[in-house]
Amino acid sequence: MDFFSKLIGLDRRWVFLVLGAVVVIVLLLEFPTPIRINPEVKSVYDFVEGLEPGSYVHLALDYDPGTLAEMHPMTYAIMEQLLARKIKIIMTSLSPNGPGMAEEAMLNIMDSARILHGREVVYGQDIVFLGYKPYPGIVILSMGQNYRISFPNDYYNTPVDSIPMMQGVINFDNVEGVILITGTSGVDFWIAYANGRYNVRLAVGLTGVMAADYYPYLKSGQIFGLMGGMLGAAEYEKLVNKLGPASEAMRVQVWTHVAIIVFILIGNISYFVSRRKGGLGK
Amino acid sequence: MNWDTFLWTTLGVGLTLSTFSFLYRDNPFYRFSESLYVGVSAGYFSMILWYNGLVPTLIDRLWVGQPWWQIWGGKWWYVIPGILGLMMWFRFSKKKSWISRYPIAFYLGIATGAAIPLEMQNRVNRQMYDTIRSVFETINSGQSVFSGINDLIIFVGVLCGLFYFFFSLAHKGPIGGVAKVGIYFLMVGFGASFGYTVMGRISLFIQRVQYVRDWFDMGFGGSGGAAAIVWIIILLMVLLVLLEIIRQVTKKPTQQTT
Repeated sequence: MDFFSKLIGLDRRWVFLVLGAVVVIVLLLEFPTPIRINPEVKSVYDFVEGLEPGSYVHLALDYDPGTLAEMHPMTYAIMEQLLARKIKIIMTSLSPNGPGMAEEAMLNIMDSARILHGREVVYGQDIVFLGYKPYPGIVILSMGQNYRISFPNDYYNTPVDSIPMMQGVINFDNVEGVILITGTSGVDFWIAYANGRYNVRLAVGLTGVMAADYYPYLKSGQIFGLMGGMLGAAEYEKLVNKLGPASEAMRVQVWTHVAIIVFILIGNISYFVSRRKGGLGK
Repeated sequence: MNWDTFLWTTLGVGLTLSTFSFLYRDNPFYRFSESLYVGVSAGYFSMILWYNGLVPTLIDRLWVGQPWWQIWGGKWWYVIPGILGLMMWFRFSKKKSWISRYPIAFYLGIATGAAIPLEMQNRVNRQMYDTIRSVFETINSGQSVFSGINDLIIFVGVLCGLFYFFFSLAHKGPIGGVAKVGIYFLMVGFGASFGYTVMGRISLFIQRVQYVRDWFDMGFGGSGGAAAIVWIIILLMVLLVLLEIIRQVTKKPTQQTT
C-alpha cells in the first residue's frame, strides 16, 4: 500500500486530534484577528442605536444549551447595547430548555451593568422576562393580539398588569421591533406570524448551521438584520466595542478552517492519485 | 473563590471531557454523560411544560382557589380542552388508540388553518415576488444590467433550480442544460451551508475548551490560558489512559483452543 492509499485509510481520530490541537494551541496564542462588519449585522446595531431611550424592544431568546456557544455571545452583546441605550426589554423564551439560560443571561447582564457601569437596571421597570409557553406559533399569534393572552403572569408568576413597564403595553404594536436569537426552526414562525401577520420589524441571530438558509428573507425585507453564528456574534461584539468570547473564538475559527481545508486538499489529492494508479475503482 | 460555583463547574468539566471521549471510542464515561443529558433535559422539559403550560392555562383556570372537585367557580369550559388532552393518552392503547384521533384531528385543523395562508404568503409568494421584482426594478430603472447583477444571478439560479426539480420533461437537450446549471447553483448553496455548518460545529468545541480553561482559571488562581490548556491536555490524556485500562480489564479473554 503506497503513501496516498494509506492517507485515504487514515484513522479519522487523527483528524480529531489535529483539529483539537489546533484549537488548543491557537487559544494559547494571542494575536489580533481582523473582523469585518457585514451590513446585515450592522443594520441590527443601527436599529438599536436609532431608538429613543424608553422605547420597547422584544428580545426573543429561543435557544437551548446545545446552541449556547453561538447564541449566548449575541445575547450578551445585544442586551448590553439595549440597556446602555436605556431601551426597555420584553424577553420571552419559546424553546422549552431555554428559560433557565435566558434568566441567567438577564441576571448576569443586570449584575454587570451595576458592577461595571454603575447603572442600576431594575426588573419590572427596565426589563421583564415573560418566560416560556408551549407551541411557539400559537404564542406568537396571541402576543400579536395581547401579551396577556399567553403570558398573564411573568416568569416569576407576577401578574403582567402589575408590572410597571408593562402598563400600556398591549401587543407588538407597542414594541419597535423583535430581535430573535434562536437555534430552532421557530424562526419560521416568527417570520410568517410576527412579520407576516402583524408586520413586526424582525431581526434574527441564528446558528451557523441555519444562517445560509435565511438570507433570502433578508433580501425580501421580511427580516431587516441577520447575525450568523459565531461570526455574527463576533461582529456584534466589535460593534458594541466589547470584545468577548465570540471575538476570541474567531481567532481559533480561522486556523481551524485552514486545517480543515488542508485535510480536504490532502483527501482529494490522495483520492485522485490513488485512482490514477488503479488503487481505487474507477 | 465561590466553592459552590467551582464544584458545579468541575462537574461540567468532567461531563464535557466524558462527552468528547466518544471521539476516541464509545465508553462508559460517554454513555453516562449522554444518559444524564437526556434525562436532565427530559425532566427539565416536563417540569417547564407542567408549570408554564398545564398549570396556568388549564388547572388555574378551572380551579380558582377552590377544592379540586369544584370546578364551577372557574372557567368550566376549559374542561373541553382538558378532555381532548386526556384523549391523547389513548395512543398507548392498541384497542382504543382510535380515540386519540379526535384531538389530533382538532389540533391539525387549527394548526393547518393558521399555518397554510401565512406560510404560503410569507414563504412562497413573498419570495417569488421579490425574486422577480428586483430584476424588473433593475430593468425599469434604465440602469446597466450590471448594477443589479446579483439579483439577475439569483433570478437565473432560481429558474434553473426549479427546472432541476421539474420531472414532467426529460432532462435532455436545452432542458437538461438548464437543469445542469440548476445543479451548480444548488451546489453553491450547499457549499455555503456546509461552510457555516463547519463554523457552527467548531464553535461548539471552542466554547467547551474556553469553559474548561475558565474553570481552571477559577480554581487554580487565574494563571492564564497557557497553564490551563496544558492541564486540559493532561486531563484528556489521563482520561484516555483510564479508558484504555477499563477496556483492557473488561475485555473478554479469547478462548484457547487445544
